[in-house]
Amino acid sequence: MEIDFGLMVKSLPLLIEGALITIEVTALSVLFGLCIGCVVGIMRLCNVHALRIISNVYVDFIRGTPLLVQIFIVYFALPQIIGHRVDPFVAAISACSINSGAYVAEIFRGGIQSIDRGQMEAGRSLGMTWWQTMRYIILPQAFKRIIPPLGNEFIAMLKDSSLVSVIGFEELTRRGQLVIARTYASMEIWTCVAIIYLIMTFTVSRLVAVLEKRFDTK
Amino acid sequence: MSKEMIKITNLKKSFGDLEVLKGINLSIAAGEVVVILGASGGGKSTLLRCINRLEEPTSGEIQLDGVIVTDNNINEVRREVNMVFQHFNLFPHMTVLENLTLAPMKVRGISKAEAEDTARKTLQRVGLSDKINMYPDSLSGGQKQRVAIARGLCMNPKVILFDEPTSALDPEMVQEVLDIIKELAGIGITLVLVTHEMGFAREAADRVIFMADGCILEQGTPEEVFDHPKEEKTKQFLSKIL
Repeated sequence: MEIDFGLMVKSLPLLIEGALITIEVTALSVLFGLCIGCVVGIMRLCNVHALRIISNVYVDFIRGTPLLVQIFIVYFALPQIIGHRVDPFVAAISACSINSGAYVAEIFRGGIQSIDRGQMEAGRSLGMTWWQTMRYIILPQAFKRIIPPLGNEFIAMLKDSSLVSVIGFEELTRRGQLVIARTYASMEIWTCVAIIYLIMTFTVSRLVAVLEKRFDTK
Repeated sequence: MSKEMIKITNLKKSFGDLEVLKGINLSIAAGEVVVILGASGGGKSTLLRCINRLEEPTSGEIQLDGVIVTDNNINEVRREVNMVFQHFNLFPHMTVLENLTLAPMKVRGISKAEAEDTARKTLQRVGLSDKINMYPDSLSGGQKQRVAIARGLCMNPKVILFDEPTSALDPEMVQEVLDIIKELAGIGITLVLVTHEMGFAREAADRVIFMADGCILEQGTPEEVFDHPKEEKTKQFLSKIL
């Protein structure tokens, strides 16, 4: 078969526009996910029983169900409860943020638990409260350690955000589908889409590596 | 007899089925220097950690300076009761100065300038003024432990608990840490030490306590315990270690 390079080049502006939207969805989702994850990760380790249970249920539910189903729930099931439709952009960001939050929570928990117990004991022995010790001693050290896994989470979300194409949200994958619907050029367009994803994920992983080094040489 | 600083009444602590402390009664006066001896697994460290509630007692009561220690007043109590750990537990992401000023600022609420002033004076006392802007990683073990002691002193505590403060140190660094502790013995802070440094105990302790199997077996002045031990187990332990 013949590959139509001309068509690939011609479709590029549309696809890149989609890629920018993919980056937007991913960045917002991981940002919100980071906020959710930080809070939930700490909740999982605190000594208030109720908070621990809530956070455990959240993490177990999100990690135990597919993102695709979560997107369907937010976009199709939720409107039946609240009585009006949800904007695809809002649905996409909410579903991905809530999903990301659970994974980030586990990253935070792991980071916090990797800090030597003696640090908490030393802080508490000086009369600081649990929260003060967490804030000034444990979290600053944990942050450094969770940068690599957070980078992985960002890359995973970059790829998983393709799932929001199913609710018609026009990110990179959906744009690819739409172009193919007009041109029937599956081979060319999916190759293009794959390469654009690859460039994005590769760039992020390099950025994370640089960041990691920066923090290491303090 | 001077004021009672620590009063422990019928203290018991179990980890699961294992009873580590089997009813400890102990009274320590303000300014007293007490060394706790005993074989590993005898409950020495657990007793120490119960005093500032890093371990929650299974039963019994601990009073510090007349106040019964509970979950509710633990933060207030710990301001007055510092602990020095075997592995120092300095904060590695902070400079020596920041290690010393964090708790006074956050807990006592004093100003940064005042905290730094106190920190400088305290560092001078432990002979480490030149390390003030270093990170803990670049210090030797002995220096780390001296910084850890200084960090506690900046809180101006009434009691300092030492949990094997020299056990993780290279032999040549033990003395510099012991010298600092000896200095503290003279200034009215109540010191409770778990240590294997017999020379130090003989020289600096007001009282030596020998623990075995979760009980206090014998106690007295260093001369009484070291030179005229009454219990068979004490004799055995001392013959092994001296």
